[in-house]
Amino acid sequence: MTPEMLSLSNSPGIFIGIMLVKLIVVFAVVMLSVAYATWCERKVIGHMQTRLGPMRTGWHGLLQPFADGIKLFFKEDFIPAQASKVPYLLAPMMILVPALITVAVIPFGPDITLFGFQIPQQISDLNIGVLYILAFAGLGIYGIVLAGWASNSKYALLGGVRATAQMISYELAAGLTIIAVFMLSETLSLRGIVALQQQDLWGVCSFVPNWYVFTQPLAFCLFVVTGLAEINRTPFDMPEAESELVSGFCTEYSSMKYALFFMAEYANMIVIAAITATLFLGGWSAPLNIAIFTMIPGFVWLLLKVYSLMFFFMWLRATFPRVRYDQLMQLGWKVMLPLALANVVITGLVVVILQ
Amino acid sequence: MFKEFAKGLSITFKHLLPGHSTTVQYPTVKLKPSERFRGLHRLVPSQDREKCVACYLCPTVCPAKCITVESAENEKGEKYPKVYKIDMLRCIFCGYCVEACPVEAIEMTAEYELANYNREDFEFTKQRLLK
Repeated sequence: MTPEMLSLSNSPGIFIGIMLVKLIVVFAVVMLSVAYATWCERKVIGHMQTRLGPMRTGWHGLLQPFADGIKLFFKEDFIPAQASKVPYLLAPMMILVPALITVAVIPFGPDITLFGFQIPQQISDLNIGVLYILAFAGLGIYGIVLAGWASNSKYALLGGVRATAQMISYELAAGLTIIAVFMLSETLSLRGIVALQQQDLWGVCSFVPNWYVFTQPLAFCLFVVTGLAEINRTPFDMPEAESELVSGFCTEYSSMKYALFFMAEYANMIVIAAITATLFLGGWSAPLNIAIFTMIPGFVWLLLKVYSLMFFFMWLRATFPRVRYDQLMQLGWKVMLPLALANVVITGLVVVILQ
Repeated sequence: MFKEFAKGLSITFKHLLPGHSTTVQYPTVKLKPSERFRGLHRLVPSQDREKCVACYLCPTVCPAKCITVESAENEKGEKYPKVYKIDMLRCIFCGYCVEACPVEAIEMTAEYELANYNREDFEFTKQRLLK
């Protein structure tokens, strides 16, 4: 008999304890990843541009994130004259919190049995997990818009306005690509989606798992591109656009508030990579159903997938220039949206025919 | 379009591989300046004194007016610079003084690390220039 699933009703003490442990561990991993993502990005982009990146703080600049953090702590905390104080203070938090909260529904391993209970390796298994992710992805944009509005600066405002337009154009396409995944999985729970992706590929090939990237390659590509646009990464970093808007929505921010924007950018990157890995690349499951691979714990595979995707994002940043604003809109509405819709229609047809 | 994307990505990935960096780790590794590099000045000595005959051609030609010369005569009746100073904060390292010198008494070295903490340290006297 499988043990009961641990919940607040059957053992409140253990539940809260385990939950705290999970929260702290996940938060620590995300924050460390954020810190070292900045270092990695500088290193990767540096080498891709035949430079070295940070070299002087610690071995190959390994202490650079801490040096940056300490430096930002001691910077003057500045609020521009006639800025709206409350939104100005609120904006950096409003952008970081949704980014961090989203990680709560990412499963990072199979259930484990502890204290006679079954414990999922996931902070919270919402049965509407993907909707939750989309909702918080949508909330994150408020921080940017608010930052742009509250700063009382034209550059910041332009950055904020750009962010809204970009968000609307790409959120639609991203949502539609995920719909194709739901049509196959018939569940919105990320845990369920990962479990389904561990089955045999199309029910025939026993050693390759049924990752949705094999069934939905177009959706995967679309989701990566729209994801990049949603988190404002190069080549879609229009709201920041150093060359045109100074620094866009965070032009007027300094000190730890700027650090929060910076952290949010990388946290968003981790989140989008984790979502892509969970929806299309089998989450924490091993890439091949063979004993050596399945023996490695799930979180290693998940982190490996997340970091590979993040490396890919950095690679893109080192390679491609920023798209022009009209190109961005054209790509969003005239290419991404029709492709995503077509993908939904085709997937629907195939699902109906196969039934 | 996608071919170009792939090409761009492959180029950046190639650069990522070890051995493609062009950075010189400056304070630990230093490049050798070219032979014609115009760095810090040096007054060329002869056997017992500097070659300079204090003819005033270098302060005359100097566009930045950074050279101060005061001539005097020694016991043998030769002209020599009693004072020879270069204000390194004004010098533009054009090398005209070297070109103008009729006796090749001044030349420019490869020394380029001239940063300092005090304004006075930028005044290079005859003693310092003769080194």
